[in-house]
Amino acid sequence: MVTRGFAGRDSGRDQSDRIPPGQHLVENFPVLTAGPTPLVETADWRFTLKIGPKPHKVWNWHEFNALPKTKMTRDIHCVTAWSKLNTNWEGVTIDDILADAGLERPTDFVLARCYDGYSTNVPSRDLASLKAMVALKYEGQPLPRDHGGPARLLVPHLYFWKSAKWVNTLQFTNRDEAGFWELRGYHIYGDPWREQRYSND
Amino acid sequence: MTECGARSASWQTCIIDEIVQQTPRIKSFFMRLSTPFAHVAGQHVDIRLTAPDGYVAMRSYSIASSPSSSEVIELAIELLPTGEVSLFFHEIAVVGDEVELRGPLGGHFLWPELASGPILLIGAGSGVVPLMAMIRQRRALAQTVPTALLLSSRTIRDTPFSEELLAVEMADPTFRFSLAVTQEASQRSSDFSRRIDGAMVGDVVSRLPNRPAHVFVCGSNAFVNFATDGALMAGLDPSMIKTERYGG
Ligand SMILES: Cc1cc2nc3c(=O)[nH]c(=O)nc-3n(C[C@H](O)[C@H](O)[C@H](O)COP(=O)(O)OP(=O)(O)OC[C@H]3O[C@@H](n4cnc5c(N)ncnc54)[C@H](O)[C@@H]3O)c2cc1C
Repeated sequence: MVTRGFAGRDSGRDQSDRIPPGQHLVENFPVLTAGPTPLVETADWRFTLKIGPKPHKVWNWHEFNALPKTKMTRDIHCVTAWSKLNTNWEGVTIDDILADAGLERPTDFVLARCYDGYSTNVPSRDLASLKAMVALKYEGQPLPRDHGGPARLLVPHLYFWKSAKWVNTLQFTNRDEAGFWELRGYHIYGDPWREQRYSND
Repeated sequence: MTECGARSASWQTCIIDEIVQQTPRIKSFFMRLSTPFAHVAGQHVDIRLTAPDGYVAMRSYSIASSPSSSEVIELAIELLPTGEVSLFFHEIAVVGDEVELRGPLGGHFLWPELASGPILLIGAGSGVVPLMAMIRQRRALAQTVPTALLLSSRTIRDTPFSEELLAVEMADPTFRFSLAVTQEASQRSSDFSRRIDGAMVGDVVSRLPNRPAHVFVCGSNAFVNFATDGALMAGLDPSMIKTERYGG
């Protein structure tokens, strides 16, 4: 349905092959979080890899930063309909985390857990083959607290709620266990190109 | 409490029934739904505008009306300079226009069906919108859970719904309303003339019979960070604070 009198902004139209349906381009970096912004000191920071309920390996900040670093430039897409192009990230790919833990792909699904109690689920294959990382830097700077610092998950090909801020655990699970927003009506997978915003989309 | 979800909301056409200027920068839009729905206070809708060439702009807007009035819902939209959708609503949309909408959406920032203790609401600017739905729902159901609203705005003139809020406070001794104005002197002794801080949140909390069991904070991201820092400084437990951030 065409809306009477609505023309829309020009910006973004020429890039439409990079902007998924229903999304619009932003230059700023909006913040959406369901609770207070946690304050996590790197001295206290721990990252745990679990298989089922069992911790398999734990890294502190120093140990984690000694893992191989990878840079990624990606477009990101938030379910609240903004997209941001060419964002620059640096961190440790999930492939490198698994290699350091001596694992390949323990199970087919992952539940990422965070310092603020947030969680989100992602299939293991969506984290593998350099598709995802635990990001430590944004635009060359330590990741700001508002954007999930010291470390967040980055899964740029899915809606951005999957890129969990303040991540502290990747838990490999046998079943696809719904995370925080997935339990509250958001799509279990969240592909922006198929506009999978809510459960029945 | 079970948190219901945002499942299965399909696009529908609605008609702008009425437009009311609330403050110099905020207008209410009363939207007549073609397919009425029941929402939970705190939820939002998505609005979709389509240009003649097929270009689409989509934004989220909280519902200001209480769930008891469901055929027409009230949205309150703040004008942002060069804002693609808010500018359309403020400068182009007129009564009788049709726009597409889907909802209700959001499964977290929800008025509790059964509150386990007093409720603290904190908002700024258009961030008061979902809190209005909560306050109106509480009134409609004649709930008596002690509730305090701390609202921040530049001036008294910039405060949306202030007459209604003052009237609710007059009529209901279990509802407390405090205004924090940042650019002029406050007028009532229960109000403040500074930005929200820990001492202010502590003050408002002390006017409740006991410590809040639910805290809802809504507004811009910068405001929400200020307000939640204040709430944490006032000793409130982070796990009971729910926030709705309008992005930027
Ligand atoms: C759950 C939720 C509920 C919400 N509820 C409400 C509500 O009840 N009331 C309300 O008013 N808002 C609400 N919002 C915010 C709303 O969704 C919009 O973000 C807001 O109205 C701004 O949209 P816009 O199209 O007017 O501005 P946009 O065009 O999105 O721009 C936002 C700001 O960024 C600048 N900007 C960004 N990109 C560009 C560009 N390319 N060119 C120029 N300028 C740019 C603009 O100047 C503007 O100030 C809510 C948001 C969420 C997530």
